Amino acid sequence: MYGKKVKLRAIFLLFSIVIVILAVFLVLKTLEEDVVYFISPTEIKNLPEINTKKIRIGGMVKKDSIKTTSDQINFIITDFKSEINVSFSGSVPNLFAEEKGVVAEGFLKDRNYFDATKILAKHDENYMPPEVKESLQAK
Amino acid sequence: MLLSQLGFYSLILGLLLSFILLIFSYKNLFTKDINLKKNIYYISFLQFFLVIQSFFCLIYSFIVSDFSNETVYNNSHTTKPFFYKISGTWGNHEGSLLLWLLVLTLFIFLFLIFSKEQPKKYRLLTLLFQQIIIIGFFLFVLFASNPFNYLFPIPKEGLGLNPILQDPALAIHPPILYLGYVGSSIIFSSSLSALICKNVNSNWARHIKLWIFLSWTFLTLGIMIGSIWAYYELGWGGFWFWDPVENISLMPWLCLTALLHTIVVLEKRQVLKLWTLILSIATFTFSMTGTFLVRSGILNSVHTFANDPTRGLFILIFLFVLILLSLLILFLYQPKTSNLQKKFFFLSKETSILVNNWFMIYFLSVIFIGTTYPIFLEVLTNAKISVGPPFYQKLLLPFLIFFLIFMSFGPNLKWIKSSFKKIKFKQIFPFIISIIISYLIIIKTNSEHLFSTILFVSAFYLFFTASRDLIKKENHLSQKISHFGFSLLVLAILLNSVFADEFSANMKIGEEIKFKNSFIKFKKIETYEEKNYKSIVADFEIEDKKKIINLKPEIRIYNQPNILTSEADIKVSFFSDKFLVMNLLKDDDFFNVRYQIKPFMLWIWISGLLLAIGGFLGLIRKFK
Repeated sequence: MYGKKVKLRAIFLLFSIVIVILAVFLVLKTLEEDVVYFISPTEIKNLPEINTKKIRIGGMVKKDSIKTTSDQINFIITDFKSEINVSFSGSVPNLFAEEKGVVAEGFLKDRNYFDATKILAKHDENYMPPEVKESLQAK
Repeated sequence: MLLSQLGFYSLILGLLLSFILLIFSYKNLFTKDINLKKNIYYISFLQFFLVIQSFFCLIYSFIVSDFSNETVYNNSHTTKPFFYKISGTWGNHEGSLLLWLLVLTLFIFLFLIFSKEQPKKYRLLTLLFQQIIIIGFFLFVLFASNPFNYLFPIPKEGLGLNPILQDPALAIHPPILYLGYVGSSIIFSSSLSALICKNVNSNWARHIKLWIFLSWTFLTLGIMIGSIWAYYELGWGGFWFWDPVENISLMPWLCLTALLHTIVVLEKRQVLKLWTLILSIATFTFSMTGTFLVRSGILNSVHTFANDPTRGLFILIFLFVLILLSLLILFLYQPKTSNLQKKFFFLSKETSILVNNWFMIYFLSVIFIGTTYPIFLEVLTNAKISVGPPFYQKLLLPFLIFFLIFMSFGPNLKWIKSSFKKIKFKQIFPFIISIIISYLIIIKTNSEHLFSTILFVSAFYLFFTASRDLIKKENHLSQKISHFGFSLLVLAILLNSVFADEFSANMKIGEEIKFKNSFIKFKKIETYEEKNYKSIVADFEIEDKKKIINLKPEIRIYNQPNILTSEADIKVSFFSDKFLVMNLLKDDDFFNVRYQIKPFMLWIWISGLLLAIGGFLGLIRKFK
């Protein structure tokens, strides 16, 4: 028979492998649940179905589209090909303005309406998130 | 103009000195002297001197707004306040890398001075490895991000520094963080060299601990200052956003924290040699990866302003060379641990430190996966995703509970073998108190989660045991202060998250809105002209249970570059911060207002400071 030491080591090894596998499984599962996909307005138009997962939409805030009331801000995100109406209540970042890049996070109501829960900050007027740049170039 | 030239040529000379040092130290390896040749010290100092000279040239170019220098042109402006002209030197890519280089050369010189009692071969090899890193950075600075590029025709005015970087906290954030990052390079070189010299023993552990303490203290401070800045400047009112760039500074920190504990095991028990070395290498690798990911523009976040793919490629190649080199050395010179020393009793200090390391590695892996997964996914499937706070919270918090419980008794175990003692009233008492307090908190916040109750119980329990240990008169003061700081940090973060409250609305001047038990009144706005920005200061009155506070958030419209920033007004008090920030909305009468109540914010900063103080005490104890 194998010595006690070898046995112990084998058990330890097995134990470690099981733990690692469990950890990897846990991480992947959580990733699947909590990842937020980035989608452009045009891609939304082409979605086969609207699901309830949280997403991010990026593009430009359309000119003359910002409408403010005391508890809501409505505006239109465009990638110059398709548009989507966004309603949002909460605080906006510094560089939120018309004809500037924007990323909104939230839930789709239908193909034309988006309920934003968060407007993401950007800190440089020349800086555009690569996603926005790409979705603008794709036009 | 002339100074830019001087700065550039100093760097080239510095690079040459690196090669000379390589040759000298290689030759010196085979002589029979016990000490290093004197000229190695001189050259090393000269190299440091040249880099600092070059650095001062750059600072001077910034001060006099010499726009013939491209870096100055891109990041400065004549109307920028004097202080930010100086801090602007390292507020950009080129300058910040020059700062890296400066700290690299400074640290190797300091290493040579403070390692005189170590064997010659070990010191020379450390110098050799460190010079390889330094050469890499010299090449990078000179060829991929030269801070002294000449511009012609000379522009009349610069582009200016991004206003959110014009801030005292951010003036000191990079240098302090870099001291931590670069300190890990010494640990890296030294561990490789100790490996080759078969020198991985208590003596080495005692000596390298100094550098671990140094890096850890500065890294902790650097991360904390960055966090404070994000809190008041970015206008979100949080202190940690799980932003990729923040995560990237946390990875080497976790690694270094694991190393900080393991090195003690190596010092006292001569075990975990290989593990210590792996951690040393990993810490520096994570520091470099951080630089790579931030500077290459692969991650987009606050820190990526302008970027250039060739830079990323250079650092990536450099990083691979270093990793390969260290793996090769690790493979060839594997340390041997004798069987006698290998034994671990399950209830002992060394086992508890090992468990601490497992936790650290788990936390590290979660953060690593969360940060890099989006990059891989984009490369593979072109899908763009982001991994948000829920991911980290779900994966970290459950394990944090075990970690906290474990941390409350781990430090009191003895080396080699500890035995179970009878559970005394003294130990059970804080536990009961923790349960009662947690129960009260959970009732008060109406969150009936079993999970958060357990989390609170473990956090309070750790807090009580850490406080009790702190009062006990024994040595290890540095460890106790840091542990106490950590327990306070966890507690403050938890309390902060359950008691935080916020409200946001679009308000017109003169409007009053009721929020829970308080009234928020937007009284007036005033505008001022400052040197490089126009400022709109609002006056808000918040009436809260017959206590009135005034908050004056500000919006600044900078002229160069033309950027708007919001300066939050924060009423800091011992138990709770009142945070108010406003924003312009188009040209109409509405202002976007966000009011937040942030309890125990001050305690988060205090505990961060305590952590660093602990590290600092550990550092000076080494000098006594």
